[in-house]
Amino acid sequence: MSEATVGKISPPSKSVYTPFNVIAGIIIVIGLVITVLRFTKGLSAVTNLDDNYPWGIWIGFDLMAGVALAAGGYVTSAAVYIFGMKRYHSAVRPAILTGFLGYALVVFALHYDVGRPWRLPYPFLMQQGTTSLLFEVAACVALYLTVLFIEFTPAPMEWLGLKRARNIVVKLTMLLTIFGVILSTLHQSSLGALFLIAPAKLHPLWYSGYLPVFFFISSIIAGLSMVIFESSLSHRYFAHKMDETHIAEKEGVALGFAKAASLVLAGYFSIKVIGISADNNWHYLGTGFGLWFLVELLGFVALPCMLYAIGVRDKNLTLIKWTSALTVFGIVLNRLNISLIAFNWYLPAEEKYFPHWMEIGISVFIVTVGLVVFKFIVTRMPILYEHPDHKGGH
Amino acid sequence: MSISRRKFLGWLSAAGVGTALGTSAKAASTKHFTGYPDSAGVLHDTTLCVGCRECEAACNKVNELAPPDQPFTDKSVLEKNRRTTPDAYTVVNKFDKPDEKGNVFVKKQCNHCLEPACASACFVRAFKKTEEGAVVYDASVCVGCRYCMVACPFDVPTYEYDEAFSPRVVKCTMCHPRLLEGKLPGCVEACPKEALTFGKRDDLLKIAKERIRRYPDRYVNHVYGEHEMGGTSWLYLAGTSFSNIGMREDLGLKPAPELTSGALGAVPIVVGLWPVLLTGIYAMSKRKEKIAAEELSDAVAEAVAQTNEEAENKLSAALAKAEKNKETAIKKEVQKALDEAAKAAQQKEAETKSEEDA
Repeated sequence: MSEATVGKISPPSKSVYTPFNVIAGIIIVIGLVITVLRFTKGLSAVTNLDDNYPWGIWIGFDLMAGVALAAGGYVTSAAVYIFGMKRYHSAVRPAILTGFLGYALVVFALHYDVGRPWRLPYPFLMQQGTTSLLFEVAACVALYLTVLFIEFTPAPMEWLGLKRARNIVVKLTMLLTIFGVILSTLHQSSLGALFLIAPAKLHPLWYSGYLPVFFFISSIIAGLSMVIFESSLSHRYFAHKMDETHIAEKEGVALGFAKAASLVLAGYFSIKVIGISADNNWHYLGTGFGLWFLVELLGFVALPCMLYAIGVRDKNLTLIKWTSALTVFGIVLNRLNISLIAFNWYLPAEEKYFPHWMEIGISVFIVTVGLVVFKFIVTRMPILYEHPDHKGGH
Repeated sequence: MSISRRKFLGWLSAAGVGTALGTSAKAASTKHFTGYPDSAGVLHDTTLCVGCRECEAACNKVNELAPPDQPFTDKSVLEKNRRTTPDAYTVVNKFDKPDEKGNVFVKKQCNHCLEPACASACFVRAFKKTEEGAVVYDASVCVGCRYCMVACPFDVPTYEYDEAFSPRVVKCTMCHPRLLEGKLPGCVEACPKEALTFGKRDDLLKIAKERIRRYPDRYVNHVYGEHEMGGTSWLYLAGTSFSNIGMREDLGLKPAPELTSGALGAVPIVVGLWPVLLTGIYAMSKRKEKIAAEELSDAVAEAVAQTNEEAENKLSAALAKAEKNKETAIKKEVQKALDEAAKAAQQKEAETKSEEDA
């Protein structure tokens, strides 16, 4: 994201026509226009979806990648509250906020993609299709969104001065964290397991019985990397909102998370190789798709693994920051590979799916809405600093 | 009554109980399902099909679908390989014979799997394998997620992308309503070449195998659909390898539910294992902290005690020394006094003596 898009945060007295606001405003207006088209003319008016590709980037990017990138919430809160790594405490609130916004936007995006969004509660209220992995995904995402919302509420409660309610929620932290880890394990992995039912459609290099494991493990990587990435962006644009603890812990968070990410990436690389071996898919590596698979595996798994390790050894925060961006991009690429690029891999090029510009428009619109809400919350609520009334109390 | 029960169950699951209870091991069971007894099917003998498209026309008519862009008598549409669409539950495709001259025509429609991938994938149970053999779809619960289309190995379900308000998944129903009335599926009734045979699936399998036995030169020795993806209610005979006529031979024999049963089976493991494990880890990290704190305070106490002792020793040594010094000083003073007294006495004595002498 370029500097111009994100923009500097201006004090309230300044004009509202900051570069950030103007660009975000334009994107949101375009998004709203496409929204009207989508819900009055149908999916075919704004998407390139067809019967071969019932799922496009609204699933491949907004859902698959979105959920993975929102994994920072459970990863960070588990590290701090369950594994007792208190020195990362200041990273919890931003991570929970990003997670909550991420999941909220995933659900928001789903309303565009499904044919009859007002029926989204049907799997719970009408008939339960419990043989479907999608049911598991839906149930866990719905529950986890609720959990994240509750985990997030102490910040607005402190902001609004609701001390008693806030203290009750804080008491639930442990329970919510464990619940969050269970739900995340389930739905992060079942997003991968969604494709288990289509062995004939997904390229053998990406199709594996280990898909659920791949998705779960890579969600940890995505979560860790997003915390680093987002923390470096926050530090650039919201430094004035950070308290001393946050700034003091920042470097430790980046180094610690980078080290963890490097280790998990190494593990992920190993199980990916085990996946190829288990199905004896080595011979596919020589094909075009094999080359593409190697780009993903070497360029976006092995390389960031090494770069993180070097960054930690040399305490090179710039390298760590860029590596986190590379890793995040790699996870997005993996999700797109599985849901779109290596899906229906045998189809001739002219029958392959390429997103309509309005599909991309909606995805950009949704990310922009996320940034605007994030900015609104971070500039008002105690996210990057501890509320003076509750110092050290959570 | 039934509605309130359904609603009650719905709320139960909405509260999250459904996740734990509902994902039961039905899909993961070891039961082998070979289809409902006496369920119906259709045998499509591609060696008999002449590509007249009468079946397409009949399908269009009995299902009251929109009229086609080109009339059904127009054979030019066969030049392009087609998929089914919301307006065409079935299509006939033309393939070149690989070795000799001529064409093979293959009718495509829903194969009505014995254990359908679409039904297994649907999270509202909109698809159902009926006892009669048809796989039917209930649009009144469909959310439109299109996972059925992802799941279907035969690329059959199609979607009404043009529809803004009530888009449906569309596919062949094997004319289920007609079957219930005792009629034949529209396509079977219309076929002039008997390339389609309707009957009990078990009987159709026998017929198919009998044809292969009697005309081994005419057919490849394979009844497509007998075992593909766990078996389908539509069965196919062909004179050439099925992969030559647009039918995938790499689907495997596993029914779709078996492909996901392992992943579904992991749910109770995660739900059971994680809370125990995580609480344990939490307890351990808490305990570690506590022990560390205790060790710290012990170390501090010990250090303090040691320092105190040292200080006491020093003090007592100092006191002892002071005492000694004091004693010495007193002794010295006493000695001094005594000496002085003795001296004084001596002096006095000497004085007295000298006085006496004087």
